[in-house]
Amino acid sequence: MKQMWFHLMPYKELPDDFREKHPSVWVDIDSKLFDPARVHVFYNEFMDELEYAAEMGFDAVCVNEHHSNGYGLMASPNLIASSLARRTKNAAICVMGNSLALYNPPTRVAEEFAMIDCISGGRLIAGFPVGTPMDTCYAYGQNPSSLRQRYHEAHDIVIKAWTTPEPFAFNGRFNQLRYVNTLPRPVQKPHPPVWIPGGGSIETWQWCAEMDYVYSYLSYYGYKVGLDTMLGFWREMDRLGKDRNPYRAGFLQFVGVAETRAEALKLYKEPAEYFYGRCLHVDARWANPPGYVTEATIRAKAVSQIQLATQAALRGGKTASDWADIVDQGYVIVGSPDEVAAQLRKVAVDLNVGHLMLLLQYGNMRSDVAKHNTRLFAEKVYPQLRDLFDNEWEDRWWPQPLPERQSAARHAASARVGA
Amino acid sequence: MSQAHGGTGRRADGVVERFVPVNGKPCRVWEKGEGRPLCYLAGIGGLPNWTPFLDRLAAGRRVIAPSLPGFPGSEGHDQLDSHLDWLMASRDLLEAAGLRGGDLIGSSMAGALAADVAALWPEMVRKLVLVAPFGLFDEADPIADIWAQKPGATAGLVCADPENFKRAQVQPAGMDPADWVIVQVRVNEALARIFWPVGDTRLARRLGHIRQPVLLLWGDRDKVVPRSYARRFAEGIAGPSRTVVIADAGHLAELDQPEAVAAAILEFAA
Repeated sequence: MKQMWFHLMPYKELPDDFREKHPSVWVDIDSKLFDPARVHVFYNEFMDELEYAAEMGFDAVCVNEHHSNGYGLMASPNLIASSLARRTKNAAICVMGNSLALYNPPTRVAEEFAMIDCISGGRLIAGFPVGTPMDTCYAYGQNPSSLRQRYHEAHDIVIKAWTTPEPFAFNGRFNQLRYVNTLPRPVQKPHPPVWIPGGGSIETWQWCAEMDYVYSYLSYYGYKVGLDTMLGFWREMDRLGKDRNPYRAGFLQFVGVAETRAEALKLYKEPAEYFYGRCLHVDARWANPPGYVTEATIRAKAVSQIQLATQAALRGGKTASDWADIVDQGYVIVGSPDEVAAQLRKVAVDLNVGHLMLLLQYGNMRSDVAKHNTRLFAEKVYPQLRDLFDNEWEDRWWPQPLPERQSAARHAASARVGA
Repeated sequence: MSQAHGGTGRRADGVVERFVPVNGKPCRVWEKGEGRPLCYLAGIGGLPNWTPFLDRLAAGRRVIAPSLPGFPGSEGHDQLDSHLDWLMASRDLLEAAGLRGGDLIGSSMAGALAADVAALWPEMVRKLVLVAPFGLFDEADPIADIWAQKPGATAGLVCADPENFKRAQVQPAGMDPADWVIVQVRVNEALARIFWPVGDTRLARRLGHIRQPVLLLWGDRDKVVPRSYARRFAEGIAGPSRTVVIADAGHLAELDQPEAVAAAILEFAA
């Protein structure tokens, strides 16, 4: 199993009364809450944490894209990823990802991802999210009715730009480009592995199956809530005649490790409550720009209203924001290394997920605590899980870096010898 | 959606229903009354049900209410990408519905399309009525964001009395509940497809081509399009224009005050 270290880059000093005084963490959040001098410190801490995770042996470091968002300061994940490409050696660089419809022309994504793939020597995972309503339709003003059509066309342009040796013209519905000739082309052939972060829409599952892409369910609500979605995904794979290779899927899980469960409960309470209380305080006004959710998905949901109501009742009718509930409902898995390893093994097996994306920094977690969490996980949890699935399944969706003899480090070393 | 797409049918309330193709997709046309054609393009929420306002108009005129692509009873919004696509679809729909040479009412968001049709194809429109139309955007006095609303807030935003909007938007008799969910979602999406994010179709550049007489109607309690826009329309339109403010009416003035709005229109378009 792959164990991947994911950062959201939250602003860590939203006020205690944020929920009461402010309508939303996203889109129209008050910019005066953010001190650029503190953001300077946070970015550097966050990038230290990502580099530390790579040093500690995680299989990948992951970044993502949000806009006008108090818990996600990575407006451009590619900026962070390019730095990580330089500062890490072996970890995959998972950009999860670039919201394709926001880039004009979309060849910008082909270029920047290819640059990261070349800088890193072929370690890029190319994530292509549609993007949330807040990011795409409100912060970036994209039309919710045409967003998915634009997304799919942009995807087609990027893949064609990566895989066509000759310059070509693209006369699309939304993009007209007379000369597409992306330079550089990526190191990985035919192109870096493509992963699709998604919610629970059946169209996304079908598309991932058709394109042979990884489906990654990035929920903040943990494995208990995620189980239904992942079972739905696997049912659809069965129906489409796809194998149950767990590496077809990724799943996000918050984790807090300490020497003992009691210590973990003490250590991670505040950052988790900060995240679930303040960071997920999103105004309902942004939830549903018309057309963002497809008619097919709405129809499916209209049919399963009872099912949804049941799930909501199981969660007490709302999402949890106090620590006992957060732990109880599985949003965050906490415990000693052995307890966490046992739980994560069960999550991976139950959800049949080969790519586990771990949030070990969240909310206002101090950097030294994040590193403590990361180190304990790397030393005591990671080894217990690394071999899971590998006897049975091959991960066909993992980056294929250049061989060592072609690496820039090797080249520099031999140049020094030659001089 | 379970509805007949062929032929013409007279409903129990005397409304004649037919479907005309626009870009190969069926669009619903409702009609009632006798006389010179008076076309009505509904705005926010579309026209899922016949309304008292239209009955009042139909007492004096042949009222034709075509439903734009994606609006209740009509399909095909998702193949329209540009503003030109929408204008051609609007023109084709009005032509097929039988507007030519009649008078045209455009309400709210559809007002922007009606104004463009009058500007670009003057032979189609004798007189033009715009009810708090979209199409312009002033950063100093912005139009409300009708999409970024909490669930249930729309009725109070678009009507002075929210019950008036809710009445207009009751589930049509005989329609499947799941279909009704889709109808409501789809009209919102169609409107977003034309007007997202701020509703400026650059109509200002074409107002000078509107030479027909224009009646501008504005609810005195419009919370969506500020009154200052009435002046901008009046100044931009080349033909003679008159602005009438409707008392105790919100953005969709014809839902709040059907009697007063219909009377003003029938007098203007006599």
